[in-house]
Amino acid sequence: MKRWIPHPLLAAALFIMWLLLNQSVSPGHVVLGAVVALLASRAMAALRPEPVRLASVTPVLELAGLVLADVIRSNLAVARAVLFPRPRVSGFVRVPLDLTNIHGLTVLSCIVTATPGTLWVQFDRTSGVLLIHVLDLIDEEAWVRLLKTRYEARLLRIFAQ
Amino acid sequence: MIEAPDLPVWAALLVGLLVVGGAAFALIGSLGLLRLRSFYDRVHAPTLGSTLGVALIVTGSMLCFSVLQSKTLVHELMIFILVSLTTPVTLMLLARAALYRDRTSGSGDVPLTDDDASN
Repeated sequence: MKRWIPHPLLAAALFIMWLLLNQSVSPGHVVLGAVVALLASRAMAALRPEPVRLASVTPVLELAGLVLADVIRSNLAVARAVLFPRPRVSGFVRVPLDLTNIHGLTVLSCIVTATPGTLWVQFDRTSGVLLIHVLDLIDEEAWVRLLKTRYEARLLRIFAQ
Repeated sequence: MIEAPDLPVWAALLVGLLVVGGAAFALIGSLGLLRLRSFYDRVHAPTLGSTLGVALIVTGSMLCFSVLQSKTLVHELMIFILVSLTTPVTLMLLARAALYRDRTSGSGDVPLTDDDASN
């Protein structure tokens, strides 16, 4: 199993993507999609990425819901800041992270960047300190707390370290 | 004006609202790119278009074509997923390049090293 499908999650995602793009579940596309998924995931194995090990799946939905709500809320906040400018302070915040899993960090960077108002600037792997830029910086501690308790805690539960 | 005769009124209204709403967010994002002051502030604004902007327009498109073809179409979701997975890469590259520039020239209000306590 492991030898034939080195990255089962990636292969499954590629297979679904193929069927979605072709909008068909005809046998021909199922076979073609399976071939593409197998070949692409084997090509990926040549890059020797760190394998994805999910420790728990339930926090995924929880995290997705939270991120959705946060993205909508911060979209409105940034839109307000652009349309009705008022004095505000923007600046950098340092967040010490406990998360070391590379896939967890990737997801976190997507969340931080996709949320308007926060921007992932730099992550130092040796010290584990993440530098982010915040558009509306009122309380530095609150941002650190938000990132650590809302996102990082759940990512630590999702990805096996 | 292109007419969509097969689209019922409720769907036309909803699709219109979703698409105009998404376009409005993209417009506000571009306006922010113009109006905000520093580079780091500006980088935040276009995210509006790449998150809620794309999401609303894609939802409108899915609704429109699902109603027109009387079947559920979800492949537009791929656009949303790929856009939200790839924009962070560009934004991070831009931010890191700006940080590098500001650190070497000593300009701007940027933290100089990774381990100084605060800026």
